Amino acid sequence: MDAGAEPDAEIESGGGTWRFPAGKPLRLDSGATLPNLEVAYKTYGRLNETRTNAILVCHALTGDQHAASVNPATGRPGWWDNVIGAGLPLDPGRYFIIATNVVGGCMGSTGPASTNPKTGHPYALSFPVITIADMVRAQAMLIEALGIETLLAVVGGSMGGMQVLQWAADYPEKLFSAVCIAAAPRHSAQNIAFHEVGRQAIMADPDWRGGAYEAAGVRPEKGLAVARMAAHITYLSEPALQRKFGRELQRDGLSWGFDADFQVESYLRHQGASFVDRFDANSYLYITRALDYFDLAAQRGGTLAEAFATARGVRFCVLSFSSDWLYPTAESRDIVRALNAAGCRASFAEIETDKGHDAFFLDEPQLDRTLRGFFASTAQARGL
Amino acid sequence: MPAFREDFAEILRLVRPGARVLDVGCEDGELLDLLTREKRVDGQGLEISPAGVSACLAKGLAVVQGDGDRDLDHFPTRAFDYAILSKTLQQMRDPRHVLSELLRIADQAIVSVPNFGHWRMRVSLMMRGRMPETRALPDPWWSTPNIHLCTLRDFTDLCRELDLRVDACAALSGGKPARSIRPDGLLENWRSETALFLLSRRAEDRPEATPQNLFGEVVLPKSEGAKPKPRRRKT
Repeated sequence: MDAGAEPDAEIESGGGTWRFPAGKPLRLDSGATLPNLEVAYKTYGRLNETRTNAILVCHALTGDQHAASVNPATGRPGWWDNVIGAGLPLDPGRYFIIATNVVGGCMGSTGPASTNPKTGHPYALSFPVITIADMVRAQAMLIEALGIETLLAVVGGSMGGMQVLQWAADYPEKLFSAVCIAAAPRHSAQNIAFHEVGRQAIMADPDWRGGAYEAAGVRPEKGLAVARMAAHITYLSEPALQRKFGRELQRDGLSWGFDADFQVESYLRHQGASFVDRFDANSYLYITRALDYFDLAAQRGGTLAEAFATARGVRFCVLSFSSDWLYPTAESRDIVRALNAAGCRASFAEIETDKGHDAFFLDEPQLDRTLRGFFASTAQARGL
Repeated sequence: MPAFREDFAEILRLVRPGARVLDVGCEDGELLDLLTREKRVDGQGLEISPAGVSACLAKGLAVVQGDGDRDLDHFPTRAFDYAILSKTLQQMRDPRHVLSELLRIADQAIVSVPNFGHWRMRVSLMMRGRMPETRALPDPWWSTPNIHLCTLRDFTDLCRELDLRVDACAALSGGKPARSIRPDGLLENWRSETALFLLSRRAEDRPEATPQNLFGEVVLPKSEGAKPKPRRRKT
């Protein structure tokens, strides 16, 4: 276990990489097993004596374990530092907050860029296809290794929200509460379609080399950037794009060519270019695949409520954003209906915002109020 | 000023301890919170306003943001012992549908409705020739949220049509103690300002409740006073 760097002096943080022994492989939904599993994680705050204040934070597609401290790969603040921090809804002075990098990721957990112990080379495309349930299983192994029997909460947005639902389906006895933000119980045709565009962009890049780019000393940066650009549009909303950029030009007048004339083009190019510095193309393929395969009802004979049949003791909070067209409110309502049908204790709120799917990273007063109220009352109910 | 709304005191009397309760239009969760503390109910709210939803969550109540007209389909059949709809049936787009939904979701519904047949209404309309504006229904016609007003007799007719049984009925008026009434009584349609009904599906075998047992002198539980609001400071 490596000691993690502590760039954020304000809150107590820890973490590192948990290496599971070869005799304890991760068993995958595909039937394959992943030996020598490594799970990179960060912690904020301190576990209390009764071990009842632990909260697991699950990240979205391109997120990582650096939820509330400076990300060493980018030098930028943690992706949820407006929610985790002193005086914020998830206060490390009160809770022990754990954030992991998902299996299949590229920030320290075992993924396609990791070395295959059998060959001594990076897995690349020999890495087995993983699922959301596999990610959750790896997290559950870490939680157990950390000596935590039950989590006060598991919380996440987007793909993180899907992990939350999977936790409730697979490990309800380990949860006191579950907060699912801007997610869906399955990937829709449109979700899959956008991901396929991204994957095809990566695979069409000559530098992808059938996934073996690392061995060739190149990276499919153009393809990965295009994938990110296409995906980024789905995280915003039409009004937000209009408000931010409109038809504003980069310079005076048009170039009468194909430079980035419009500010929105320049913005997207920047999003693509900065993404390739921090993300691995094969990880992007694997994680988008995991999302596409996600269908919680299909795992339980086609009835979503069945997935929550054993989760009656869990306090649920489901949140959506009014302008999110990637995982629209109707899909969150499907989750709530299923929770109610299963007899679970469920709360639901639709946060009014024009900022689209990415609103869960942003300062939204209503989101802040809702999370604050839910976590405070949950902690009280747990006797904290 | 009473510790809480007069209809809340009545509802508190009606609800069995430990029951499963759905409060449709629960606002900031005051009634659910009261029922949870006093009757240990397993409560669930449905509320349309974001502020109400946040307030409920802060109280630790389970609440779904939604609209009684549209979102009652969130709840499975017979998931609750009671579904409560307090003073808002007349604001629904389709009260008939809402009423039958309440009794799909719950074994019993607790519904309160302002009586448009109250003498103040009648006199006001007759003397002034204008839409009545009374203490029970104070808004002018052009801004009132009450789009489906009815008289006591209209309401009991609808219950009959939907094959619902009135297990109990009480008249509420301006802070006075609730009065158990026979809702189909001719006089009550003149003198009850608001009526609170306990309804169930007629088809079911349920012992007839005597209204006199369910309503009587109202004993308000000691109010614990307003709880301090959690600080919502954004740092």
